[in-house]
Amino acid sequence: MAQRKAFRWHIVVFLAPAVLVYTAIMIIPLIGTLNLSLFGKAEGGRVFVGLANFATLFGDPRWSTAFWNALANNAWFFLIHMLVQNPVGIMLAALLSSPRLRMAAFYRTAIFIPTILSFVIVGFVWKLILSPIWGIAPGMLDAVGLKSLFAPWLGREGTALTTLALVSVWQFVGIPMMLIYAALLSIPDEVIEAAEIDGVTGWSQFWKIKLPLILPSIGIISVLTFVANFNAFDLIYVSQGALAGPNFATDILGTFLYRTFFGFQLQLGDPHMGATIATAMFGIILVGVCIYLFAIQTRLRRYQF
Amino acid sequence: MSARSSLPRSVAAHGILILYTLIALFPVFVIVVNSFKSRRAIFNEPLALPTRETFDLIGFQTVLSQGDFFQYFLNSMTVTVFSLFFVLLFGAMAAFALSEYRFRGNTLTGLYLALGIMIPIRLGTVAILQLMVATGLVNTLTALVLVYTAQGLPLAIFILSEFMRGVSDDLKNAGRIDGLSEYRIFFRLVLPLVRPAMATVAVFTMIPIWNDLWFPLILAPSEATKTITLGSQVFIGQFVTNWNAVLAALSLAIVPVLVLYLIFSRQLIRGITAGAVK
Repeated sequence: MAQRKAFRWHIVVFLAPAVLVYTAIMIIPLIGTLNLSLFGKAEGGRVFVGLANFATLFGDPRWSTAFWNALANNAWFFLIHMLVQNPVGIMLAALLSSPRLRMAAFYRTAIFIPTILSFVIVGFVWKLILSPIWGIAPGMLDAVGLKSLFAPWLGREGTALTTLALVSVWQFVGIPMMLIYAALLSIPDEVIEAAEIDGVTGWSQFWKIKLPLILPSIGIISVLTFVANFNAFDLIYVSQGALAGPNFATDILGTFLYRTFFGFQLQLGDPHMGATIATAMFGIILVGVCIYLFAIQTRLRRYQF
Repeated sequence: MSARSSLPRSVAAHGILILYTLIALFPVFVIVVNSFKSRRAIFNEPLALPTRETFDLIGFQTVLSQGDFFQYFLNSMTVTVFSLFFVLLFGAMAAFALSEYRFRGNTLTGLYLALGIMIPIRLGTVAILQLMVATGLVNTLTALVLVYTAQGLPLAIFILSEFMRGVSDDLKNAGRIDGLSEYRIFFRLVLPLVRPAMATVAVFTMIPIWNDLWFPLILAPSEATKTITLGSQVFIGQFVTNWNAVLAALSLAIVPVLVLYLIFSRQLIRGITAGAVK
């Protein structure tokens, strides 16, 4: 048999459109942004400044206060998602996958609906509900005799960020639910039956049999949550504006990047510092993804059925 | 049959699920119900259904006369449909090349294209804007279509190539023996077989495009190119005290996605449970 073939042009034709668009619109601008962060403004053009922009961002109090504030807020935002969104998602998925549950399709469809809504709708409706003026929330708390618990949560520095994180959890809990649900369904019946024969049922079956089997899915969900959270912008922007009020209490890296790049109120936009912040975000996301890929994923035990 | 799915356990499961379903749907209910009520009724009884006295369409009238919502809606449709078309076509082609042929650099190309799943395209915004300014594409829908196509491709290629590995080789080889070209094998044999996977990818690609605020705000904020998401955001900003109008605008923005979701949801769930995203 002749192994020597003519050059297979069709492979190039199949790959070219995707590779070209992806490279031109995504990879080159990404590299361009990283590159831009190494330059500073100069008269009539730009000048190479090396890592000076990063020194400014991390060290100069005019920038670093805002940066570390945004980073700390972002970390808290992520922590709330990990502590609330993912456990709630797993719990809902576990309930949905219980055998012979009626109306499972209805619950699944309904619980996923917030995920498809745009941030504009989500941000605004929760502002309305939590508003002390219109007051669905105070009214409802009043009905159960807990009116004293109500506070303008979105307007207070101490509670605004947590409230917004919980709104975001409300919106996206459908994603971990769906992915875990799919993972739970893919556990073979024999495994479950074997567990039942050994007398492992109910709660202990979930903890001892199912949870170890869905750990890889939980790992993927965690890293997706991490990337999405450190890239978040829309919800804060639509509900608190680009200034991420009150007093920057809800400022995260995405809103900080937007303000820096485009300017706000009297401050002019600065593409170089904007690119520097984007590069810092790139670094943070890269570190997180690498920790997952090398430290967590390789240690997760995968089971083949 | 086992006795373990006892009555109390299933009542508890339903109880929790119903409670959470209510939490999930309550805000949507509040918006839609109140958009059909008069201003006074919105304030006095925000949770009541519209009755004959309180029913009022003033909000919808304001929205339709003030904002150019039909244009925004059309823009969103155009951007979403074109981006979706290119993501599915280019994505399927690349996925086919990666899953079907062995060639040097196959794994490397796959990894290169998968990079975009983890690294968000937003981080390149600064340079993307410069690129669009340089090519004169600012404030055009083309700019948005290009960006969303690039954004959607990595995940589409990843999911579709997993599926295409499952298409039987015998079928493709039979086609080759019958003298079909590689292009025909792809378009005539393989594409129809991966249609369920294409639907899953379509839903996952469509939702973030339709709902995106970042790129329309930065690349195409002009009146003629506003998408419905950006349009309703601006409208809310202007009409913040006109509650009827704001609630009506939000209702109008919810309906199209909701309809699309309900049409595709069965397909979406089938795609996920078939192992597309594991």
